[in-house]
Amino acid sequence: MTTATRPAPAAAPTGRSALVLRRFLRNGSALTGAVVLVLLFLLAFLGPYLTPWSYSHIDYGALRSAPGPDHWWGTNRIGQDVFAQTVRGLQKSLIIGLLVAVLATGLASLVGACAGYFGGWTDRLLMFCVDLLLVFPSFLVIAIVSPRLRSGGWFAFVALLTVFAWMITARVVRSMTLSLKEREFVRAARYMGVGPFRIIWRHVLPNVASFLVIDATIQVGGAVMSETALSYFGFGVQPPDVSLGTLIASGTGAAITYPWMFFFAAGLLVVFVLAVNLVGDGLRDALDPTAEGAAR
Amino acid sequence: MSPLLDITSLDVDFGGEAAVRDVNLTLDRGEVLGLVGESGSGKSVTALSVLGLLPRNATARGSIRLDGTELLGAGERALTRIRGDRAAMVFQDPLSAFTPVHRIGDQIAEAVRAHRDIGREQARTRAVELLDLVGIPEPALRAKAFPHEFSGGMRQRAMIAMAMAGEPDLILADEPTTALDVTIQAQILDVLRTAQRETGAAVLLVSHDLGVIAGTADRVAVMRDGRIVEQGTAAEVFHRPREPYTRQLLAAVPRIDAPREPRPPTGGTVLKVRGLTRTFPVLKGTVVKRRTGTVYAVDGVDLDVRRGETLALVGESGSGKSTTLFELLELAAPEGGTVELFGQRLGSLTPAEAKALRRRVQIVFQDPMASLDPRMPVGDIIAEPLRTQGADRAAVARRVPELLTQVGLDPAHADRFPHQFSGGQRQRVGIARALSVAPELLVLDEPVSALDVSVQAGVLDLLRRLKEELGLAYLFVSHDLSVVRNIADRVSVVYLGRTVEAGPVDEVFARPRHPYTQALLSAVPLPDPERERERQRSRILLAGDPPSPTRRYDGCRFRTRCPLYVQLTVDEQKRCAHDVPGFEQDGAACHFPRARTVL
Ligand SMILES: Nc1ncnc2c1ncn2[C@@H]1O[C@H](COP(=O)(O)OP(=O)(O)OP(=O)(O)O)[C@@H](O)[C@H]1O
Ligand code: SF4
Ligand SMILES: [Mg+2]
Repeated sequence: MTTATRPAPAAAPTGRSALVLRRFLRNGSALTGAVVLVLLFLLAFLGPYLTPWSYSHIDYGALRSAPGPDHWWGTNRIGQDVFAQTVRGLQKSLIIGLLVAVLATGLASLVGACAGYFGGWTDRLLMFCVDLLLVFPSFLVIAIVSPRLRSGGWFAFVALLTVFAWMITARVVRSMTLSLKEREFVRAARYMGVGPFRIIWRHVLPNVASFLVIDATIQVGGAVMSETALSYFGFGVQPPDVSLGTLIASGTGAAITYPWMFFFAAGLLVVFVLAVNLVGDGLRDALDPTAEGAAR
Repeated sequence: MSPLLDITSLDVDFGGEAAVRDVNLTLDRGEVLGLVGESGSGKSVTALSVLGLLPRNATARGSIRLDGTELLGAGERALTRIRGDRAAMVFQDPLSAFTPVHRIGDQIAEAVRAHRDIGREQARTRAVELLDLVGIPEPALRAKAFPHEFSGGMRQRAMIAMAMAGEPDLILADEPTTALDVTIQAQILDVLRTAQRETGAAVLLVSHDLGVIAGTADRVAVMRDGRIVEQGTAAEVFHRPREPYTRQLLAAVPRIDAPREPRPPTGGTVLKVRGLTRTFPVLKGTVVKRRTGTVYAVDGVDLDVRRGETLALVGESGSGKSTTLFELLELAAPEGGTVELFGQRLGSLTPAEAKALRRRVQIVFQDPMASLDPRMPVGDIIAEPLRTQGADRAAVARRVPELLTQVGLDPAHADRFPHQFSGGQRQRVGIARALSVAPELLVLDEPVSALDVSVQAGVLDLLRRLKEELGLAYLFVSHDLSVVRNIADRVSVVYLGRTVEAGPVDEVFARPRHPYTQALLSAVPLPDPERERERQRSRILLAGDPPSPTRRYDGCRFRTRCPLYVQLTVDEQKRCAHDVPGFEQDGAACHFPRARTVL
């Protein structure tokens, strides 16, 4: 037993958030992922200013031209600049993917944790909503609602995607909360007078964080994909506007003959999902004090 | 004559890591050798290697001879024969030794047949005889039961019966009583000694409890970090230990006959509980839950704690100690009875009053790992009650290092996580957290029962010091009477959810009046071979197990096991059977209290 007592240092002990940040920053691959994400954002939002072409402008003089000094990443079959289109699509997909993932996971953890922690009527009511949403044909609802929401812009679309993406996660979080609630440290917090929402925030959620992080990283890819599927059917992002999903969908047929129409968008999507996964793994390890390699 | 068991320079490694080093032990026929040591010292590994029961990733070197036959490196078939015939094992967890799908009697009969060439019927009869020998009531009937239908104590008896079935020359008992209550422990040790006498076997008794060893072993070996540090007769080791480690170990054991400091002066009443009850429904069914019964977990508990005093709440496992504490700490109206905390009656508190009370009462849990959030650095853990009470950042930053120092931890470790501390250190973190808001009453639920003796001594010392420095009152739950004697000023004994006796520790320990208290006290083993053997002769052995808390009892609920009851006249017995004995402050809930010295 080390009972060595030194004079108390003046500095405050490091809190949890600072520790998590420190451990995250020490993780090489997570940092790489984060940097790649930042670069993607820079590309998406500064890219349009780098090129004279706009994503919707049609250059009749250069149909299906290969990448060159004029059109860096070539043009598509109606002469639109692929670079301008890709960065525009990247903008949309980055925002939709990350926002849907964060919102859906956040909503799921809030609902799941509350249902599990409070039990009783709260639980029954919340789980009823979850089950209701699960049996709704989400595609149909989005199809009906989305034209009316067009005025609401992309955010309304994000909200719509979120609403149909959180239920399963919420159920899992609920059952994890049920078992956490019986643990002694939650009981300890209760007897200290910590309020229920603080307990959920400080004790329950951190202990399901590994699951939440993994779930969120999967949701990112999922959101980009469902957005694509919806655009394909004429909802969500509509021409002339583009997203990575619509670009990939329209470029697939030309992947072999005119690879530039497909591979830039597809490549960026892969890079995006990979980076998110790296960040997710790093975050999970940073949050888990027993994770290997990230000790202290 | 050569010894029965001869272990020479035994080394055991687990994947390259040393678990046992250079162990030399001999065991003569009919002798009981006690192997003691703290957790992780290699006691069990040594015992397991004798029967070749080590896990696959272990490698053993050296020599283990049983009656001249080398066991180390012997083939599986030879070992199996030896296990059935010459050596038997009694484990800490008896459930693992029985096949869950076969009847206990059949399993014992099979063990008999493995050893002796007799018919099925004869073997069954022998199995029933053996069950009777180990004190199982209605052995013929119980032989037909399945392992899960037995209580922990009964399983352990059945396991000893099974060990005896093969008429072995050697019985290896690995912590046979560690999971059991003292009264059951006393029964089992008694049975083990009977078994040893009946079969004339040598016994290797492994235990961390010096009291258990003192009462049973002829010779004692002390282990530490995989090595034997001292070996000798029980009298030598306990009275004239040569090694400093043995001396330390003996000094650290709390003793039930230890001298006591005078009681400190006490102030006004902090906690007053009268007739507290709490029930739980027994539910059946998965989809639609039906209530099929009631657990009377707490059924009439009285408590009084005064300022500056330690009240110990004592009782066997399942007697409702923890439930009592949790009821108090809910700060809600109790299901039955009254609770007054600092003069305020629970059930009529405003939220603000409840919050103020929360500061004055804090809790320390039994399992320090489970009660600390694994994902929080200890600095945050300790600061949590402070933050809840609305302390600002600067105050928290000042208090946390102070608290860590106060409980004997390094303030620089505030950013470590619970899993980076040892068990004793974690319990210190739990204590620091409770102390952070300067409470007046500290509720401790078995704070040291998960710790090794030397670590336990440190934590008890800390608690004593803190009480003196801060003038705290403790409500200390424990099943270990030696610890209670060590730290408490007053004691309250519960049986099956009901207080049966209370009073000052000196008084109750010297002159217990309730037969249950007497039995509890007399069951505690002393780490002193001569006195322990003397005590064994006059030990009050309780029959059977504590009855189920799912039913109500007419009259005295201790009746079924009461040693006094059987000595009473018929009229007196009627009174026990029909009238519930009342409990008054500092009294005993018995119609015929007779003070009796058992220490
Ligand atoms: N939530 C619950 N539901 C049903 N029964 C319960 C519940 N909590 C406790 N019990 C029962 O109440 C009785 C008292 O349990 P309690 O945990 O208070 O005992 P204890 O004295 O603390 O025992 P130990 O020494 O093993 O900690 C037991 O029979 C237990 O099975
Ligand atoms: S009341 Fe009767 S049965 Fe109960 S403890 Fe006293 S003597 Fe025993
Ligand atoms: Mg308990």
